[in-house]
Amino acid sequence: MSIFKKIMTAIRGGASEAGEAIVDANATRIFEQEIRDAENHLTKAKRDLTGVMAEQMSADREVTRLQREITEHEGYVAQALEKGDETLALAVAEKISTLENDLAAQQQALSSFSGNADRLKELVKKSERQVTEHKRQLSMVKTTESVQKATSAITDNFSSSNSKLLSAKDSLERIKAKQQKFDDKMKAAEILESENSDSSLTAQLKAAGIGSQENSANSVLDRIKAKQK
Amino acid sequence: MNIHTIADHLNSLADNSETGMDFDCQPISGEVDVLQITLLGREELPIFLSVTDDQILCISYLWGSEEVKTECVNTMHESMLEMNIPMPLSSFSKIGDKYVVFGALSINSTFDDIEHELAVLSNNAIEVIDDMSDYLL
Repeated sequence: MSIFKKIMTAIRGGASEAGEAIVDANATRIFEQEIRDAENHLTKAKRDLTGVMAEQMSADREVTRLQREITEHEGYVAQALEKGDETLALAVAEKISTLENDLAAQQQALSSFSGNADRLKELVKKSERQVTEHKRQLSMVKTTESVQKATSAITDNFSSSNSKLLSAKDSLERIKAKQQKFDDKMKAAEILESENSDSSLTAQLKAAGIGSQENSANSVLDRIKAKQK
Repeated sequence: MNIHTIADHLNSLADNSETGMDFDCQPISGEVDVLQITLLGREELPIFLSVTDDQILCISYLWGSEEVKTECVNTMHESMLEMNIPMPLSSFSKIGDKYVVFGALSINSTFDDIEHELAVLSNNAIEVIDDMSDYLL
């Protein structure tokens, strides 16, 4: 049975009550151990892969070197033949045949290393996928348990503090009322603000000589002068 | 990352929050550490945060099964399923007989991520109750 199904069955079966484990603690521990083992295997496989890849590279270099040497010696044979030195040409040809044998051996080693490396790479990928999957499953079990335990902590806290849980609609209404109150306050503040800016407008008008003017010494003098006439 | 570092961070935000929300954190003791987070003005809908090996879970309780009008249960479930993807960052679930909205974050999330998650979750919770209130008693 998949972990997912196990969890569903357990929850449906009433294991959602606190204290009852989805998967018993021992099984969880075994599973954790399995994951750790798989991770150790993975580390080892990666180390092996590094070794094989190093050997693959060295074999590859050796193959290139032998090929170059063979070409070189083939040139020598041609030169010896041009000079009519058949004996020397034969000696070099023998050397070439040894080199060719070496090359064949190295090529075989290279292909074997390459095969091993490919196989190990596949194995590492497979193991990585497996570990990820195991971890995901373990996380599901642990999260379910953690949520259950958290829920019981929350429930205990609520019942001990005697605070009655409101219905969703009541909660929403209260929150909305608070929001409304806050909005009203903001609006009131805005109105106040605009009233203030009204008075600043009066000041501007006054400065521009529009509207009622304050009595200045000049205007008083003008008034008295007008009376004297 | 544990509930205490998260609480310290959220409590120290004060007016410097990125989300414009005021957080108040209260640890609840129990077998699993839970942080009760209330947002100013939304005290009725607290968020409960707990930390597991690989994730941070933020849960807000919506309503109990007993609050749902019997004839509306199926319609409500369908509406919730349909809303699940459009609803940013949060998803619906049910714990015991309580419907919840929750968000799960990676354990490697930043404080900013967590703050953002909590603000969005709180907004989602309020909006969901508003949208689903026709189905509720």
